[in-house]
Amino acid sequence: MSTPPSVLEQRVQQSPANEVTVKFEDVSIAFEDKVVLDGISFELLHGETKAIFGVAGSGKSTLLKLALGLLRPDSGRIFVLGEEVTAMTEDQLFELRRRVGIVFQESALFDSLNVRENVAFRLYEEGKVSEEEIDERVREALSFVELEHTVDMYPSELSGGMRRRVSIARTIITHPEVLLYDSPTGGLDPVTSNTIIELVVKQRDIYKVSSLLVTHRLQDAFTMATHYFERTENKMKELPPGARTEVPFSFLIMRDGRVIFDGDLGQLRETKDEYIREYIS
Amino acid sequence: MDIELISPSEWVKQQVKSVQDYTLIASRSIANLFTGPRYLADTTQQADLIGWGSLPIIVLTGFFTGAALAQNSGSTLQRFGSVTLIGQLVSLGMVRELGPVITGLMVAGRNASGMASELGSMVVTEQIDAMRALGTDPMRKLVTPRVLSTVTMLFFLTIISDFLGLAGGGVASSLFFGVDSHQYWSTAWQILVFQDVFMGLAKPVLFGFIIATVGCYYGISARGGTQGVGRATTQAVVASSILIITVDFFVTRLSMTLFGQ
Repeated sequence: MSTPPSVLEQRVQQSPANEVTVKFEDVSIAFEDKVVLDGISFELLHGETKAIFGVAGSGKSTLLKLALGLLRPDSGRIFVLGEEVTAMTEDQLFELRRRVGIVFQESALFDSLNVRENVAFRLYEEGKVSEEEIDERVREALSFVELEHTVDMYPSELSGGMRRRVSIARTIITHPEVLLYDSPTGGLDPVTSNTIIELVVKQRDIYKVSSLLVTHRLQDAFTMATHYFERTENKMKELPPGARTEVPFSFLIMRDGRVIFDGDLGQLRETKDEYIREYIS
Repeated sequence: MDIELISPSEWVKQQVKSVQDYTLIASRSIANLFTGPRYLADTTQQADLIGWGSLPIIVLTGFFTGAALAQNSGSTLQRFGSVTLIGQLVSLGMVRELGPVITGLMVAGRNASGMASELGSMVVTEQIDAMRALGTDPMRKLVTPRVLSTVTMLFFLTIISDFLGLAGGGVASSLFFGVDSHQYWSTAWQILVFQDVFMGLAKPVLFGFIIATVGCYYGISARGGTQGVGRATTQAVVASSILIITVDFFVTRLSMTLFGQ
């Protein structure tokens, strides 16, 4: 994988530590008569990656859309990067969304645009970036996901895993401070899944990006909790057993629209809750 | 397939919400014209798609509508020995009514469906959410360019349709009733007054607005996968066609009230 961009490294060094990046306060939402989220509260710290688990239909993807203001909760407050999302107008949210990236479950690439145009979409919208700089940044983002050769291809010509990686490239091209991943490895083969997990770990360990990651693949979360990105070798490596709580990674487990666990790997292993024990076994 | 029954109050609520959502889309599509960012490239692309793309069907329908109108009115006028008035009838019929309505219905069938299916597909594949997540307002980027280009292009397409309708009427009058071409064109031209032209050119502006906003509304509101997109497409064509004919009646009435017969 390529060398990370220096402009981001500079920003990372200036970022405050232990600051709350995303905060949910007693958030509830229902669709028609079905309560999907019922009084959800949690915090995501700066540089932390939090994996969100729950059975299908438990509101995991809804939670990400709420964080980005794509949906409005029925009650409760949501803060992202110090701004109260729930009190902002759609126009104000467009500004905030430029600092937050999301990787959708089905990639959500624009099917009428090629890979270059998809990845550069945000830069074109900003309108202040020269074509030369766009080319350079597209190349940089695609090289991060190892897909430089797809630049002129259309989404329909890519495999599911490639689309997911292009979606990650589109998201990281402007170096967002918060990343939201909606089942980034869902439906992918183990090798492609591992590549994507490595990209998530790289974002966490090299760029210190705060992330919420929705998944139902426990093995992916355990990999992220037990591995770190070794910069010198440019690859993900396993942490020694004694250092496994050192990576900023936590688990959030949902059941029936509520949070039933929020903690790190050590706390998860020690939990006495039978449902959680069964879930992780 | 299960049939879902809903209470009358729920049905009324749904209808009110639909009107509210449509009104919001329609009003924002206009309001966005006065503030940035503006998407000139998207507007030009849509104008090409709607204007140039619809030209062949407008040429054909306009020409043959005029020709059919001339044949029908010619046979009636012949009974009264007034076949020379055929140019006036075709001219008034095409410019005031048939030109705008036929063009509107053709463009509705072609473009309202296209807008509903395109935007509907974007909704169900989360591309609209992705656009919002990337900091771009889909109303500005997708809806406003379509509204602006449909209004502009329908205006010019209607003028083309009117002219070709008159040409078709001229050919039919000459072939079937032996009307002199010079006489046909001079009577057709002389009968037209300001209110006829005003009415004929105000209608495509309204119809263009209806086609684009209804098409975009049904697209943006599409739910339920490919089946939902198909439903949205059908509804967009049906609703815009009904609205065009209904609005045509009221504009005609209003124009006659304002300017006289």
